[in-house]
Amino acid sequence: MATAFVEPNQSAETASTASEAASGPTAEAPAKTAAPEAEDKPNAPGTQTLTIRAGLAGLVWPIIGIVAFIGLWAALAPQVDTSLGTLPGPAEVTEAGFGLYDEYSAAKEAEAAFYAQQEANNEAAIAAGNPGAVRDFTYAGPPTFLDQIITSLETVALGFFLATVFAVPIGLMAGLSTRFNAAINPLVQIMKPVSPLAWLPIVTMVISAMITSADPLLPKAFVISALVVMLCSLWPTLINTAVGTSSIDKDLLNVGKVLRLGWFDKLTKLVLPASLPYIFTGMRLSLGVGWMVLIAAEMLAQNPGLGKFVWDEFQNGSTQSLSRIMFAVIVIGLIGFLLDRGMMALQGLASKNRTV
Amino acid sequence: MKKSGGFTFNRRGVVVALLASAALAGCGGSPEATGGETVVAASLDGEIEKPNLKFGFIKLTDMAPLAIAKEKGYFAEEGLNVTLEPQANWKVLLDGVIGGQLDGAHMLAGQPLAATIGYGTKADLIAPLSLDLNGNAITLSNKVWDMIKADLPKGEDGKPIHPISAEHLKPVVESFEAQGKPFNMGMVFPVSTHNYELRYWLAAGGLKPGYYSDGDVQGVIDADVKLSVTPPPQMPATLEAGTIEGYCVGEPWNQAAVFKKIGVPVITDDQIWNDNPEKVFGLREDFATKYPATTAAMLRAIIKAQQWLDADGGANRQEAVEILSRPNYVGADAEVIAASMTGVFTYEPGDTREAEGFNIFFDKYAGYPYYSDAIWYLTQMRRWGQIAEDKDDQWYFDTAKAVYRPDLYLAAANKLVEDGVIPEGSVPETDGYRGEQAGFIDGITYDGSKPNDYLSKFPIGLKSGQSVTAAGVSGS
Repeated sequence: MATAFVEPNQSAETASTASEAASGPTAEAPAKTAAPEAEDKPNAPGTQTLTIRAGLAGLVWPIIGIVAFIGLWAALAPQVDTSLGTLPGPAEVTEAGFGLYDEYSAAKEAEAAFYAQQEANNEAAIAAGNPGAVRDFTYAGPPTFLDQIITSLETVALGFFLATVFAVPIGLMAGLSTRFNAAINPLVQIMKPVSPLAWLPIVTMVISAMITSADPLLPKAFVISALVVMLCSLWPTLINTAVGTSSIDKDLLNVGKVLRLGWFDKLTKLVLPASLPYIFTGMRLSLGVGWMVLIAAEMLAQNPGLGKFVWDEFQNGSTQSLSRIMFAVIVIGLIGFLLDRGMMALQGLASKNRTV
Repeated sequence: MKKSGGFTFNRRGVVVALLASAALAGCGGSPEATGGETVVAASLDGEIEKPNLKFGFIKLTDMAPLAIAKEKGYFAEEGLNVTLEPQANWKVLLDGVIGGQLDGAHMLAGQPLAATIGYGTKADLIAPLSLDLNGNAITLSNKVWDMIKADLPKGEDGKPIHPISAEHLKPVVESFEAQGKPFNMGMVFPVSTHNYELRYWLAAGGLKPGYYSDGDVQGVIDADVKLSVTPPPQMPATLEAGTIEGYCVGEPWNQAAVFKKIGVPVITDDQIWNDNPEKVFGLREDFATKYPATTAAMLRAIIKAQQWLDADGGANRQEAVEILSRPNYVGADAEVIAASMTGVFTYEPGDTREAEGFNIFFDKYAGYPYYSDAIWYLTQMRRWGQIAEDKDDQWYFDTAKAVYRPDLYLAAANKLVEDGVIPEGSVPETDGYRGEQAGFIDGITYDGSKPNDYLSKFPIGLKSGQSVTAAGVSGS
């Protein structure tokens, strides 16, 4: 539970450093305020240099960090000799990225050719007075890297949505009722650390038994991965919601009593607004966990996403495999970072709207 | 007698399939026609009930007929829109077919048999087509190879004489035992060809590979060599990690060990049992009943691909290697795949030998699902205790007929003969039994019509009346 409290501060810290690093204009502001103090300097260019310097100072260290990392990687990778050749360095991984892009372009061309051919066949069939031969096939080529990213995002979105829908009400109940909290607490503590790998066989069997239709709405592997994501990612939201709800100012609740607010009004006017920042913090943690879990779930459930891409490449065991996997790792990291930023923006909004 | 039994099993499905192929015969395009044109031709009467299909495969070179049928447009010619999806391991693949996520798959011959008799997951699966002959090998780690190499009989060129018997492994296993270490080897699935081939090789050399008991799926009771399951693509990594000292697996994972310099293939399955049947194309029985025209169409496409693979003395193999090396198929480096797909097989580095028959997809009636092949797998299941109790000969015949479906194969193949796509002589006239077969490494002959008699010939293996408990083999 302590993590729930630590996290907002931590994130605020990273947020400020990151915005300093990322954007010149934001970093400019402190430099301008510093300018009046530098009044004894006669010339304006001096202030400008200072501004630029301050802006650069924000960028310098992250760049040094990244360059040092890439340098170390490039220097050390050739030292590691695996049975698939040496560990790929930054150059090979970049190349693998371009290779994947080429494959994507080739796949798009093949797809376009397929549809063009189908269209031509259909027209020929209609012209020949044979409408029965008109085909409306979807291109059945292998999924491209981009397709796999999209599948992964869809899966994590569904899992995260289910987790939120499930965790927030339970968290609110746990926060409002100490008895309910006491009842579910041991369960939550036991379920929370369970790895996605342990959930997967259970979820697989249950889903396989439940979805019996030959042509289900959503592919089984997709549902299985999404449910595993949900099972692993709902705990931070649940716990943070409970903490947020239980830490509402007692005075507020007393005021509510005085005003004789009903149960529903109490929930919507007091409890929810007060605990919203906590809920969003929890959701942000949940999304991070969900994205991490997803890759493992996809590897095993064979849901055609990034996890399956990594696993298939590992199975390929070709000289290209390692650099393609590393490229995927970088993409996974970047997407995780962007998801976190998105949630942080939402979290910021929620905190600002704290009207009660 | 046997034959009629097999054909009554699902007469309606066959009749419909035959009708469908007869109807299609009227509108079949010329075999030279390009994929796009024949899509229209084959689907003129709208006979294909389920054109959008998804097949699963494991990253092994013997999935080639599926990849070729897709890439060379044979599926499209038959009006099918097929997605091929690699699966993580054989269990996932089997569950995919049983659960309906996959319409069919590149399967181990033992899988539809085991599923039908209820060993492992129970489901009614059928094998209407055999995908290939041979294609596996046994690889030992460098360490073990160095220990046995000196004792092997050498030919005039200084290279070991093949086939290498497992008896040379015996001192190594004994030395492991003396040090209190288990001698572990890997195979890919409890009912896989590789499991039975590895066991056959070990037992032929006097090493006990262990028994399965009722309810025990480890198969290491009373074992000199302990076998365990590893998915094919992970074999080299597991060998490298030292978890196993050797393995039996399909290609390219033996050649991968050679290229990565972590192991040495010692024997191919062709040398253990000459021209042994390998993978099958498996699907659910109710799928074939419900979609007879679709089933016939997919079989025709696969047969065409098999013919392409073996055409002109392997002239197309190089192109096949290029297709298989794509990341969405086998994905290994082209040179690794080529090392076994193009008529040669590399043992040690520098010891590359002719292996014309290492992968046969079409010749020698490779596609025909012989009942006697199914029965061989069933005898091995009994031999090692996976079938816990004695079964009479009739049970073997009936089970083989329920699973192996030459009726469906013939419906598809005869249509292709009729259209002049495949030569007339490429479809066998047989009752499904190959007759007495020699060509086994231990010299024991196999006759599919006498399974119990065959079982009594093995020095190592369960005999009539014996059963296995955790303590070992019991009974007379």
